[in-house]
Amino acid sequence: MSTVPANAESIRAGRRSRRSTASILVGFLGSMNLAITLLVVIAIASVIGTVLQQNQPFQDYLIKFGPFWFNIFERLSLYDVYAAPWYLLILAFLVVSTSICLARNTPNMLKEMNRFREHQQERSLRAFSNHREWQTDLPTEEVEALATRALKRNGYRIRRKEHGDALLLAGMTGSSNRIGYILTHLSIVVICVGGLIDGNLMLKFREWSGDLVVETRDIPVSRIGAESRVSAGAAAFRGTVNIPEGGRAGVVFLPLRDGYVVQELPFTIELEEFRVEHHDTGEPRLFESDVVITAPELEEPIRQTIAVNHPLIYNGYAIYQSGFGDGGSRLYMRAWPLAGDDRAAYELEGRVLRDDLELEVAGQSLRLELTEFETFNARRVPGVPGSREVENLGPRFEYRLRAADGTAREFRNYMRPVTIDDRRYFLSGVRSSPAEEFRFLHLPADADDSPELFMAFLDALTSEERLREASMRAAADAMDDFGLTDRSLIPQVAASGRELVQRLLDEGFGSVMEHLRQRIAEAGGVDDSQETLVMFSRMVMERTLWEAYRDALAATGDDPQRELGGSDQVFFQDAISAMPAIKAYGAPVFLQLRDYDHRQASGLQIARAPGQNVVYLGFALLVGGIFLLFYVSHRRMWCWIRRHDTGTMVLLAGTNQRDPLGFAGQYRALADEIDHRLQDASAPVRGNNEVEGL
Amino acid sequence: MSTPQETLATRFDERGFFRRLSWFDWSWAAAFLVGTVYASVHFAQWMDGYEQAILYLSWVMLVAVGWMWKPARAFSIVVALLTLFAVSRYPDLQAAQNDFFLNYLLSSQSAIMWICALFPAAMVVYFAGLIANSPFMGKLGSAFTWAASGAGFIGLLVRWWESYLISPDVGRIPVTNLYEVFVLFAMTTGLIYLYYEYRYRTRALGGFVGIIITASIGFLLWYHFDRQAHEIDPLIPALQSWWMKIHVPTNFVAYGAFAISAMIGVAYLVQARFSDAWKRRGLPSAEVMDDLMYKNVALGFAFFTVATILGAFWAADAWGGYWSWDPKETWSLITWLNYAAWLHLRFTKGWRGTPMAWWAVIGLFIVTFTFLGVNIFLSGLHSYGEL
Ligand code: HEM
Repeated sequence: MSTVPANAESIRAGRRSRRSTASILVGFLGSMNLAITLLVVIAIASVIGTVLQQNQPFQDYLIKFGPFWFNIFERLSLYDVYAAPWYLLILAFLVVSTSICLARNTPNMLKEMNRFREHQQERSLRAFSNHREWQTDLPTEEVEALATRALKRNGYRIRRKEHGDALLLAGMTGSSNRIGYILTHLSIVVICVGGLIDGNLMLKFREWSGDLVVETRDIPVSRIGAESRVSAGAAAFRGTVNIPEGGRAGVVFLPLRDGYVVQELPFTIELEEFRVEHHDTGEPRLFESDVVITAPELEEPIRQTIAVNHPLIYNGYAIYQSGFGDGGSRLYMRAWPLAGDDRAAYELEGRVLRDDLELEVAGQSLRLELTEFETFNARRVPGVPGSREVENLGPRFEYRLRAADGTAREFRNYMRPVTIDDRRYFLSGVRSSPAEEFRFLHLPADADDSPELFMAFLDALTSEERLREASMRAAADAMDDFGLTDRSLIPQVAASGRELVQRLLDEGFGSVMEHLRQRIAEAGGVDDSQETLVMFSRMVMERTLWEAYRDALAATGDDPQRELGGSDQVFFQDAISAMPAIKAYGAPVFLQLRDYDHRQASGLQIARAPGQNVVYLGFALLVGGIFLLFYVSHRRMWCWIRRHDTGTMVLLAGTNQRDPLGFAGQYRALADEIDHRLQDASAPVRGNNEVEGL
Repeated sequence: MSTPQETLATRFDERGFFRRLSWFDWSWAAAFLVGTVYASVHFAQWMDGYEQAILYLSWVMLVAVGWMWKPARAFSIVVALLTLFAVSRYPDLQAAQNDFFLNYLLSSQSAIMWICALFPAAMVVYFAGLIANSPFMGKLGSAFTWAASGAGFIGLLVRWWESYLISPDVGRIPVTNLYEVFVLFAMTTGLIYLYYEYRYRTRALGGFVGIIITASIGFLLWYHFDRQAHEIDPLIPALQSWWMKIHVPTNFVAYGAFAISAMIGVAYLVQARFSDAWKRRGLPSAEVMDDLMYKNVALGFAFFTVATILGAFWAADAWGGYWSWDPKETWSLITWLNYAAWLHLRFTKGWRGTPMAWWAVIGLFIVTFTFLGVNIFLSGLHSYGEL
């Protein structure tokens, strides 16, 4: 049961013999086969852009695909498929095909809407699969009135035509289905045209013709030349700009190929304040910017707060909250040298992403690049499984230390000590490339929540002279305890203690124990005095460490002779554990954040889309059209009424092409209704002769 | 539920549509209007103008559906009463554990667990009814499907309430992450299926539709137990928009209809293979199934078109442009073009039967990729529901 509509396609077939090239071309472009092929081809082509991330920096593609494929893909414009000439060409084909189809079918469809087919004959009506006949005594006028009522009640428009001694009521309903066809297909053309207006084709064209030069360098706007600027006009664009708090911008950046061009705006936009708020879970809850628009044509500047999902529309320009970042916060830091002779801490100050600072530490010169600063850092509270409680670790900043040879390490430090298992540590993450995870150094904080004691301790242990003094004191003490009186042995004992300390600092406590065990084993396990000696060395090491700790207390202004308690014990152990990690830390300095002036930047997206209303009109046409197409059914009914010798013959036939099953039911209901009306009007009905299809 | 034999009406009814509505139709609509007005006043603090409009629009939609599909009235009453009952027993989140009804039936977690039991049960019973040729089993299947869909509705509505109990600024409509939309999917698919079951008076297809619903239930359970996805997380700013309230549900009507068309496609292919055996068991004729398949593709296509357009409007508000070729958008376009081609082949080329059934099944894979695959495999602006 094919239901190919009687449209232009069949009409064309008859004229095939004398067709010109143009009409063959039009025929091809408007053919259904091409249309369906195009729909499928566009669908398949669209997949590419979802699999291959679009509009990434060219560098990334180069790394990913290698130079060979990179070039081929670039030739094919695969990095911006949806603006690729070949993709647009297919779209253009669809638009042409739909237009031709529309142009060809619309006249027919409009005509058909008012064609009642009132020339049908009795015989042809009997050929419909849906038809039924009655014989009645009622006069034709009465039958006509009755049938008219039934048809009208069911929504049919009626055309009446006399056929000799017979009368035909030709009814039709749902002809707006044809409008649906027109709207649906027209909408495709409208939407594509609107989309074209809003695309960046013009920009591409200007770039291609050399009128516009893509800027790839990261330089201030003021230094970007006129050849990379687009003046404010009526054309569509979509670009972004970052504005720090208190700053202003009169341009946005449009990404193009592997760089950008600058789009000038006919107004300036100033960011007064940017805010981020968070949920208890640490997820961001709100991003919003207080902006001020000033323009020559404005008497009063416009002040408004924009937020995600709440853009500001000004004069056809839509301004969106799209991102955020640091706008050059000023950080006040203290640098703690971890190596070298001069361990005095000193203060540093710089702005994120703005200033690069030179550091001189332990004879090494380093460049400090402050890269990021955030005040809110949520972390799920560890320990309780399944708990979703989060805590704010407070501000953190990130920086790079670049050595003279250009290599750099990245660091992420938290401002406040973080509590882990009831102890407090300064966390400093380090990595040598962005691809790695940060590994965190845990520096124990002292009673004042400062790294000072740890640094003093480190200093006492790593400065040769002070360590020697400490070890001498420790050796003397230990010998006293053992009742050894030979003072001349002190330097030797102290040296062996220092050796162990050195091992501890370099390789950790485990290594020291291993070393001692080995020495006992070497002694064969028989010689008691050897074992005692080993234990003695270990005692000297520990006492040396404690001496150094007391030195550190003194250096931080604490009383070195005071009774040491449990908290000293804990700190001592944490400090000793952190020592070997200092070597792996890879920087001769630890930066502690002391204070900051926060200055955020808001990422704004600014767009102009003059085609938007065209597209929206297309949407309206599309939705209207589709619902008319699907849910209004174009139905026809004919009621043939003929007077003959013994009474009146009534014949009801109907047809619908789209929904034969549904229509069969509707036909039956209408036929039943006429049946009842006939019965009601004349009690006895003769020969209800039912012939029904389906 | 009764099955009015409208086409066999013994007496035609000369009154218009509105005149034919019963007092029950009117009082039902009035009762829900009262509820709607109450909600719009009582919760005014949480709603802006658009949301008020959406609320009243939902009432209009509900009434339209209920007047055309009578069983929807009783369904809506039961769902509304049970939801109100659940909410009345829910002063704080703790009640979910302490209150008997909430704990076993009506807290969103319990209701969703009921869905997970009832939908698979419905599938089994439907198939048993089909194979054993037992009308009773078929009816039981319908009953399960009604109950499961009701549980879905209640589960989501109560979850909505729960989100506000967590904290008013966490409160949001529960259609914002994969977990919630899977419930939505199962429920809308169930309801759309029930509509066609009622219209076409056949329960033979219930098992087939049950397959896809059960598959989604399987995913839901995995997601729940493996990923703890049932927790209610607050919304990121990009999703805080009233567009969400119309965009997502519209989409899921479309997904549901496409899923049903594919499952009818499966039934069609099964029957084409073993024609006599299945026909004797009561599967509808090839013609009817073909028609049903088309009806569902058409319904899906219409709603998908609307949903995509709503998505474009939303994108214009949130991302700065109505179309960004984001992977989700692009895959929506792909899905849409695919079904457009399907419709053209059917209507202008007159294709029917087996190839169209296969195509409907393939269409579901494309839909599934748009719905799930994009979130799993591709990155883009659609920031909800990462696995
Ligand atoms: C993106 C492009 C297109 C879309 C979205 C689209 C959409 C539709 C829809 C939804 C229908 C109704 C199908 C139904 O009733 O179930 C339809 C019918 C139709 N389309 Fe398209 N169409 C497109 C392009 C084309 C093109 C390029 C042609 C011409 C070659 C075309 C010719 C037709 C014809 C002849 C019908 C049948 C109309 C009737 O007699 O009812 N369409 N189209």
